[in-house]
Amino acid sequence: MTMRTPLKSVRHLGSAKEGADHFWLQRITALANVFLGLFLVWLVVRLVGADYVEVKRLLANPLIALPLLLLVLSSALHMRVGMQVVIEDYIHTEGLKLLLLIVNTFFAIGVGAVAVFSILKLSFGG
Amino acid sequence: MAEASSNSSSQTERPLSPHLQIYRPLINMVMSIVHRLTGIALYFGALGLAWWLFAAAHGPDYFAYVTSLFATWPGKLILFGYTWALMHHMFGGIRHFIWDFGHGYDLKAVDILSWGTLVLSVLATGLIWFLLCPAIGSNGSAGSPLSGGI
Repeated sequence: MTMRTPLKSVRHLGSAKEGADHFWLQRITALANVFLGLFLVWLVVRLVGADYVEVKRLLANPLIALPLLLLVLSSALHMRVGMQVVIEDYIHTEGLKLLLLIVNTFFAIGVGAVAVFSILKLSFGG
Repeated sequence: MAEASSNSSSQTERPLSPHLQIYRPLINMVMSIVHRLTGIALYFGALGLAWWLFAAAHGPDYFAYVTSLFATWPGKLILFGYTWALMHHMFGGIRHFIWDFGHGYDLKAVDILSWGTLVLSVLATGLIWFLLCPAIGSNGSAGSPLSGGI
């Protein structure tokens, strides 16, 4: 039995070089989401009572479609790193944790892909 | 964080630090938990946004069907909850930005920021649904997820 802490055994082996990446991605997307989230609220309020033609016309407008795309991308990244922390905090079984982390990535990419595809189709699909 | 969970047989029973149930709930602690819960809710709520966009891209019939689902009472309740979760998570995030810059760490400021998150989220949700109200029920042709009769 060793009395060494895990920290001692990795010291001087060099860093993983990405210690702050997770934190930074989380904060950068959070900052973007403040503005893009408010944009989404504005859009939903704006679209209340609109008929399908109006909705389609507005969502195909580049000034709407572009921020919407950015919102989807920023949110997908933010969702993924956020849920990753939740999984790592509460799931302590190694296999299940790995599985859930993979599902988390698939979920974020899947939801993002559906939204991006839909926005692009509204813009270019005729 | 990383911990070795594999060799359970050699693990000794060590005293654990006091956990949640030991403490009297404080507002910053409650808001911290709620921040995480609203994050989880928004995670799954993103399905709703993707679904709505997909419906719009799919065609008028399917779009009308999806918006009619959003316009039901359970649908509206979910959207109302989503609005509050979004606002709470946003104000909670701004609170974290303030802390990131090293401000607001004395106890009074922590209390104010925590209560502020709650109060502002409720006010913002109220304002948004006040803005939505005039159109709700005014028009049968569903556009936004919130149109359709009350």
